[in-house]
Amino acid sequence: MGKTLAEKILTARAKTDARAGDIVVANVDLAFVQDTTGPLTVRQFKESGFRKVAEPQNAVIFLDHAAPSPARQLSNDHMLLRRFAHETSCHIYEVGDGVCHQLVAERFARPGDIIVGSDSHTVTAGALGAFATGMGSSDVAVALALGKTWFRVPETFFINLKGVFSTGVYAKDLILYLIGQLGADGATYKALEFGGEALAHIAVPERLTIANMAVEAGAKVGLFPSDEATQEFLAAQNRSDSYRPLYPDADAHYERLISLNMAELEPMASFPHTVDNAFPVSLARGIKIQQVFIGTCTNGRLEDLAVATSILQGKKRSPDTRLLVAPASRQVLTQAMDNGYIKTLIEAGAVILPPGCAACLGLHQGVLGDGEICLSTANRNFRGRMGNPEAMIYLASPATAAASAIRGEITDPREIM
Amino acid sequence: MPDIILKGEAIKLGDNISTDLIIPGRYAHLRSNLPQLAKHALEDADPTFVSRVRPGDFLVAGKNFGLGSSREHAPVVIKMAGISAILAKSAARIFFRNAINQGMPVLLCDTDKISDGDQLEINLSHGAVTNLTSGAKLSCSKTPPLMSAILGEGGLIPYIQKHKDFVITKH
Repeated sequence: MGKTLAEKILTARAKTDARAGDIVVANVDLAFVQDTTGPLTVRQFKESGFRKVAEPQNAVIFLDHAAPSPARQLSNDHMLLRRFAHETSCHIYEVGDGVCHQLVAERFARPGDIIVGSDSHTVTAGALGAFATGMGSSDVAVALALGKTWFRVPETFFINLKGVFSTGVYAKDLILYLIGQLGADGATYKALEFGGEALAHIAVPERLTIANMAVEAGAKVGLFPSDEATQEFLAAQNRSDSYRPLYPDADAHYERLISLNMAELEPMASFPHTVDNAFPVSLARGIKIQQVFIGTCTNGRLEDLAVATSILQGKKRSPDTRLLVAPASRQVLTQAMDNGYIKTLIEAGAVILPPGCAACLGLHQGVLGDGEICLSTANRNFRGRMGNPEAMIYLASPATAAASAIRGEITDPREIM
Repeated sequence: MPDIILKGEAIKLGDNISTDLIIPGRYAHLRSNLPQLAKHALEDADPTFVSRVRPGDFLVAGKNFGLGSSREHAPVVIKMAGISAILAKSAARIFFRNAINQGMPVLLCDTDKISDGDQLEINLSHGAVTNLTSGAKLSCSKTPPLMSAILGEGGLIPYIQKHKDFVITKH
């Protein structure tokens, strides 16, 4: 019998016939940490008695979650990570370089790779056909030291995508809808594999948004095949050498088949306080919001800023609503400046935050007040996520975010476009 | 080897307890000071948790315990608070792996049969839970042998210190 994408990649990298349910040990092509999980990784690494990173060229430290640092303890954590990078000769990306997952997509991830990161949204690189999954600090410490880790080969849900998005509907709406259907634990331990005739119309930046949120249904990976779109993305990053085609076998066994007609989707929002609490944005219409946040590893890419800019062009944010924008990387920020997006966004009343995680996880740059409501393009709306358990978070697309910033209330973007 | 038996009291929580509820990002500045961080364990889910937990108690939750972030600090603070095992209907993948790596048993069973304050006896060797208060006996889903071995060594770091590598036994 044929193999799913997950089985194919694990078979190749573990050098064994990997089938769903098997436990395998596989070499990792990239292991990384970020600044809120990295310090524990370093301590576990040292406690284990390790001194060397097995393959420093495949190891990366990202300073993105507290960037720039808002507290002396976090500044000291950054110092610890810089010292570790220096001692072990692994890569380090500094404050302002961008969110780890965006930088992994731009610079490192290759189709067929195995990537482990001490961040749950490591799944993002599945957009490029990499078996990429989040782990804790101890697992990544051991992966750094040994250059390998263990996996249970996941069963796969195949998502068969058909049709094209209608106006005002984007990849974010698709993945929010899917998580709403599956539930927050609907794909726990599973691989989500995306395919179908619609893939030809879904570019890598959109795939990154979709793969990024696979973990919000509990999935271990969110995988796309490597095709012409992948080749195009890698070429634009001057990484054509990294391209290779990668598809599942035609007779692969899937635990579940899910068909999704993109033409039937409408703009979606995840209501507080769980991601799977997803409904058409029209059901939240008119809810007053005090903050809009556009950015993150989910929706901080150039294409996201382009959509937001097109809606905000010549308009102003509501005087009662703060508008925060954080480009996902230095490259995104530079291109957005070249394209004039940043000027338009600033003229519309936006605050531009440095490339990084910014307000997403509640430790700086946009902490919410008691009773405040934020509409965010991020991937999580758990209670307390943005620094205040008394606040509420709705998740939506950059188009919905931009439209809502203008009105000061949750707005279906099709009313403005 | 004799069976490993744990006895203690249940502290009951609901479904979908995220890692943001277990230890919120707003305390990220305390992550290199674990005793201070642990004082905020589960603060947003149950503000009384830290004051009422006693060493050896069990944390008993509903479905999808530990969803969200990969922060291993989540099982770390639960362990430092004194919890000796977690029981849940289901657990999120990364949390489950992190807990085992920290030497914290996670047993998946029908926790509807456990109420807050119940006295429980857990046979870790057989994955069996007895509710001493109600008399109910619960069976738990099996843990893969590698994870049992990691748990048996007290976590991933002691496991790797001893074995220097992952030891996979084929059946």
